[in-house]
Amino acid sequence: MTNTTTSQALSGTMAAPGPGGFWRILGLNKSASKPPEETDAKRVQFSSRLLPYLFLAPQMAIIFIFFYWPSVQAIQSSFYLEDPFGFGSTFVGTANYTDVLKSGEYLGIARFTAVFTALVTFFSLSIGLLLAVKADGVIRGNATYKTLLIWVYAIAPPVAGLMGMMMFDQHIGPLVKVAAFFGWDMKVGLNYNDTAFAMIVVSVWKQIPYNFIFFLSGLQGIPVSVREAALMDCRSGLRRFWTVILPLLAPTAFFLLIINTTYALFDTFGVIDVMVKDKAANNPITLVYKVYMDGFRGNDLGGSSAQSVILMIIVFVLTIFQFRFIERRVHYN
Amino acid sequence: MAAINITNVSKIYAGGVEAVKSVSIDIADGEFIVLVGPSGCGKSTLLRMVAGLEAISRGTVEIGDRVINDVEPAERDIAMVFQNYALYPHMTVYNNLAYGLKNRGTPKAEIDARVAEAARMLEIEQYLTRKPRALSGGQRQRVAMGRAIVRKPAAFLFDEPLSNLDAKLRVSMRGEIKQLQKRLGTTSLYVTHDQLEAMTLADRLVVLNGGQIEQIGRPLDVYHTPASTFVASFIGSPAMNLLRGTREGTQLHFGSQVLDLGRAPAFPGPVTVGIRAEDLRIASTGEPSLTLKVEYIEELGAQRLVHGTVDGKKLTASLSPEIGISETLSLSIAPERLHFFDADTGKRLAQPFDASATKRETAQTLEMAAG
Repeated sequence: MTNTTTSQALSGTMAAPGPGGFWRILGLNKSASKPPEETDAKRVQFSSRLLPYLFLAPQMAIIFIFFYWPSVQAIQSSFYLEDPFGFGSTFVGTANYTDVLKSGEYLGIARFTAVFTALVTFFSLSIGLLLAVKADGVIRGNATYKTLLIWVYAIAPPVAGLMGMMMFDQHIGPLVKVAAFFGWDMKVGLNYNDTAFAMIVVSVWKQIPYNFIFFLSGLQGIPVSVREAALMDCRSGLRRFWTVILPLLAPTAFFLLIINTTYALFDTFGVIDVMVKDKAANNPITLVYKVYMDGFRGNDLGGSSAQSVILMIIVFVLTIFQFRFIERRVHYN
Repeated sequence: MAAINITNVSKIYAGGVEAVKSVSIDIADGEFIVLVGPSGCGKSTLLRMVAGLEAISRGTVEIGDRVINDVEPAERDIAMVFQNYALYPHMTVYNNLAYGLKNRGTPKAEIDARVAEAARMLEIEQYLTRKPRALSGGQRQRVAMGRAIVRKPAAFLFDEPLSNLDAKLRVSMRGEIKQLQKRLGTTSLYVTHDQLEAMTLADRLVVLNGGQIEQIGRPLDVYHTPASTFVASFIGSPAMNLLRGTREGTQLHFGSQVLDLGRAPAFPGPVTVGIRAEDLRIASTGEPSLTLKVEYIEELGAQRLVHGTVDGKKLTASLSPEIGISETLSLSIAPERLHFFDADTGKRLAQPFDASATKRETAQTLEMAAG
């Protein structure tokens, strides 16, 4: 549910920057990218005053039923101790919150989540950008190249997790064999760090194509003549990249930063689930997985609700931070 | 500042398309050369090869005695002004101007001085802290020029820099570019499809067609002695009238119409005759003339363009607005004002009335008057 918080915030504010075509594909608010006078000129006249509200109703209903209502429910139940069998609930005040925040286990998971999110975001962004820059330079056979890089995105997270598990399997995993060659006895599912490593690798791998598509389209949105002007003004390709290409990619990069942070926090659930389910208890998990574990495995709905409220606040603060301090440096065309 | 020597340069694209076919141009130090031609004639490709944005398939380009075929664009000591300005949208005007200098390790004080000088020259001082998007088209064009000027390069390359501006601004910027180039004395290579721009800017213009040079020459020479029917119809507005005719004795036959030249030209049979619209005048009685069936008239104020047909072929005459227009007009032309082209190849034929000599004199007188 917290996932919805960010995506709702995004669809409203993020529609203006970045490559136009994608917004339409994603179904995000495309009218926001038009200059206001144009929207005014094309404003639709309705015969009935009720009609526009009627058109809005399905969207409003979805937001209300799947976001506001569960959010309110979560906040409410975070103050109660729920009976595991649904026979009643007791008001416990902020006890759920203090329990969670005092728990060393929870803080450990929070720390891992922070590291995991930072690493996954950093690597999926930078590798996606690197591949996009390279693909942008390819002239011959670039369609094939792009397709090969993009198709991974079509894989569902649990399937990606499963494929990742196979790659890191104790007996048949090729990556384990490669690691063994370098003297690394990798034990994914048993060793905490090895599992963390595998989780990060699979999560990054899964997200690269998404970033690749956006970066590539962002790169192709940079006018050829501006690149050529830079070519005449600056000899070093690396310097050109830092001073001209990257600043012009900033709107795309900023959008991806938020999307990737959200991805690492929430959408890696499937990958993590496949990797740690039915394994020894000492495996790294992220906060959202902990919410699921406590709520649906441990049947502690109150504690789990408190955790999800905390998560909601974290994402809220993070998003505000990103908009206030990073977006300021972004130049929109 | 340097001379540019383009020697037998060709551009062959993958798939064998030859966009530029063995072109040679020697550009003197400080000269303003305009490459002009219709779209697809290879003029931009040629410019981009000099700039280093396209590889040179064959031949050599030298800037100041240095072959630059394999030199990086940034190392060629040239600056380019692009059609759509190509300003860095995320940088202020100041940084747009300074960027090239910063990358070359120019000292800060020197950068400041050069940017200030260029900004003063182009009257963009008050915009230095603005981003390009806050500027109008004309101001952006000035910034683009400024970016070239601050570099103090050996040569300026212009790729249709005025075609995104409105007509009025285009005329004033044209004048400014010309003055600026005169003042700086920097060798310039300028690409345009606009023959008027080419005529007014060039020290010498190069007319390109299908990747080949049709003619190189001073604007008035090209205007008065076009080397081919292509140049004749491309340079000058309205375009030169081209009529197919046959010579019989001292007469030129255009279908049913006959123009008596009084003397016999050296070439026999079929020929393409070129007539500038402004060389036509109303015939006095008894003078050899062509009959123009008037179709429509364009009033330009100072002149009046009369469009019509001579024996079914289109002809345009530029006449004084005082002359009354009837449905048909008798038009005459001095024989030495006629241009003759080979009916098959379109190449200029030796002028039978020694017209070129008199015209060259007129051209020189005009240039002296202008200079």
